[in-house]
Amino acid sequence: MAKILKKKTIADKITWYELDAPRIARKRKPGQFVIVRPCEGGERIPLTIADADPEKGSITLVVQEVGKTTAYMGRELEEGGDMLDVVGPLGTATHIPDTPGRILAIAGGLGIAPLYPILKGFKEKGHEVTVILGARSSDLFIMREMTEALVDKVLICTDDGSEGHHGLVTEVEKQLLESGEKFDEIIAIGPAIMMKFCVETARPFQVPITVSLNTIMIDGTGMCGGCRVQYGGADKFVCVDGPEFDGYQVNFDRMMQRQAAYADQEKKAYHDYLCRLEAKAQQIEATEKEGAVS
Amino acid sequence: MSEIKKQSLTEEQLRERIEHREEYSNKDKLKMAKVWWREQKPEDRVKNTEEVPFRLSELEAQAEAVRCMDCIKKNCVAGCPVAIDVPAMLRLVGEGDFRGAVRKMKETNVLPAITGRVCPQETQCQAVCLMSKAHKSTDEAVSIGKVEAFLADWERENGVEVPECAPATGKKVAVIGGGPAGLTCAADLARLGHGVTILEAFHKLGGVLVYGIPEFRLPKKIVEAEIGVLGEMGVKFEPNVVVGQTVTIDELLEEEGYDAVFVATGAGLPWFMDLPGEDLNGVYSANEYLTRANLMNAYKYGTEADTPIAQSKRLAVVGGGNVAMDSARTAIRLGVPEVWLIYRRTEAEMPARLEEIHHAKEEGVKLHLLTSPVEYTGNDKGFVTSMKLQRMELGEPDASGRRRPVPIEGAIEEFDVDTVVVSIGNGANPLIPRTTPGLDTNERKGTIVVDFERFMTSRPAVFAGGDIVVGASTVIMAMGHGRTAAASIHQYLEDGEWPSNGEAN
Repeated sequence: MAKILKKKTIADKITWYELDAPRIARKRKPGQFVIVRPCEGGERIPLTIADADPEKGSITLVVQEVGKTTAYMGRELEEGGDMLDVVGPLGTATHIPDTPGRILAIAGGLGIAPLYPILKGFKEKGHEVTVILGARSSDLFIMREMTEALVDKVLICTDDGSEGHHGLVTEVEKQLLESGEKFDEIIAIGPAIMMKFCVETARPFQVPITVSLNTIMIDGTGMCGGCRVQYGGADKFVCVDGPEFDGYQVNFDRMMQRQAAYADQEKKAYHDYLCRLEAKAQQIEATEKEGAVS
Repeated sequence: MSEIKKQSLTEEQLRERIEHREEYSNKDKLKMAKVWWREQKPEDRVKNTEEVPFRLSELEAQAEAVRCMDCIKKNCVAGCPVAIDVPAMLRLVGEGDFRGAVRKMKETNVLPAITGRVCPQETQCQAVCLMSKAHKSTDEAVSIGKVEAFLADWERENGVEVPECAPATGKKVAVIGGGPAGLTCAADLARLGHGVTILEAFHKLGGVLVYGIPEFRLPKKIVEAEIGVLGEMGVKFEPNVVVGQTVTIDELLEEEGYDAVFVATGAGLPWFMDLPGEDLNGVYSANEYLTRANLMNAYKYGTEADTPIAQSKRLAVVGGGNVAMDSARTAIRLGVPEVWLIYRRTEAEMPARLEEIHHAKEEGVKLHLLTSPVEYTGNDKGFVTSMKLQRMELGEPDASGRRRPVPIEGAIEEFDVDTVVVSIGNGANPLIPRTTPGLDTNERKGTIVVDFERFMTSRPAVFAGGDIVVGASTVIMAMGHGRTAAASIHQYLEDGEWPSNGEAN
């Protein structure tokens, strides 16, 4: 059980949690994740650790509402309450070379949350870091000031053109690589489709590219194999062999299909949950009205 | 297998046998009818998750216990990995002294409600029972397992006696893994007065007893009750701790003040066959399928549980062991209309318990023998739609004594499926060896190396037992290890002696 020290909404359907988890806070390294189960009967879902404070004994998670479990967390868990189960840190840590180099990091949407501790790790070892931050619209960026304060350069990119480059992060990536800028490594974290195209964009330039995969998991210790991905001709377990992999070896198309293995069931569960919440709200409203009349 | 002849005795006959129990000679006992238990009908039980066998009544348990000849050899005791004094226990049951029998049983077995249900008695205590030998059939053995389960259930309903613990020694032991080996070791160490903490990776204690073995074979409330007793004995539980990730063994010993560690992390690494298409949606490891159904309660999806599982029409389990049977029977209870077992040898070579195979067939699981998958194909959304099967024939016996399956050249068939559960075994989970310097493992199997007398590893103060040292085995084997390791840890805590390198292994 982990106490929810802080909870706030930082953008539409995106919630920031600070949890009391001293052991994890002490141990975790950039790139690692936790698995949480918010309530009895709840699912176990993997979430990357966005930040940690070892002295305070707390970890930060940034979670987007995408289905029933994340909706429950955002709507029903309260600051001061508890996250029923939190286990970690899981997975292997990011490999950060001791010799400083030039890093290009690409984050789409919520991808900045898992990317942030990795950037911190690179900066601590003196690397020069450029970040391409992408979002649908300029008001949807999260953790932007923190990132700008941390790294050397931030390039903004929006789908609707409300700020920065009007278009995709891969277009900015391509421009940079074509302009002759040299990078020792690219790190791309975001939706699978974005990572896939970041890899394809980098391929002709042969810059090493690391991606962080977010597959369906249960135990997170290599016991069930649910998270396996095709990697360079063999299957790898994301929970123990990853979550970070050499992007050139990952079969993203198969991974996206696996992520959608329960899409129909999940969609229905999410819908039913929202309906139940609404019914509950209406009932409360009706009871209150009745109370006011009598 | 021979069909079980289920003749039932009348209450009067049972009473008479119990009343005259002191008068029978061994010859009389050999002729005595076995007291058969009753079972839920297959057509009923496929619709629920209740246990298949009904519990013996008090009279039935007593009358069955009277059949024990109390022979001098006591093969059953030697045949039991935790060496329960079976004849003494049965004698007390025969006398109707259930409390006494429970105490006798619990002298060496701390989890009898579990072992009574999941032990393969027909290859252990009951296989060597004199009754089996005399009748040349293990079916005729005294039903030690059923009596054991009866006693444990009787105790749970009539007040559990929490075992007395020796005065606190001030020593601390970390038990890594809350499965059968860890629970047994923890209970024994607590009894000896040591402070014990079980560190468990999942959110719930029990290991394979809660994620693997299905509800209809082992009700989870029974597992919870047995673990609850450990809590009352002072054992502390820390779920959600993955040793090797959350904390290392070195940190437990050096920073958290533990005097010894027992590694009982099980066989948590599912084997796949490295076949094309094995990563298609709908292809599961048995571990995943069972964990979703059992630990995560996927059969209550949409009402009480949020973890989904495939909604299958035609499911194939690959394998012939107990886990394969558990997977197939779980699928039946999840409402899958067609469930197949794909096995590369014949039914006679299946490693599963006869009772499990029998139950699976009764419940409608179909066997497709002498075939083995070589490839999976799927649709454009990445879901498995069929498997290519290689037909086999039996050749010469292999190392296990079973006839080896040999592929028939060119004999490949298509088999339509929408779900596959790969149940071909598990290896040792590498997380702890990977994060514990100096801990020797078997190069081929990845298991932690121990001497099998004191269960000492290559690292001082670190002991290991259960599936992590042998690869996948049985619950009772793990409990046997836990028990012996506890005695060994106790000795180490007293004398502090660790054999120098090479001696232990």
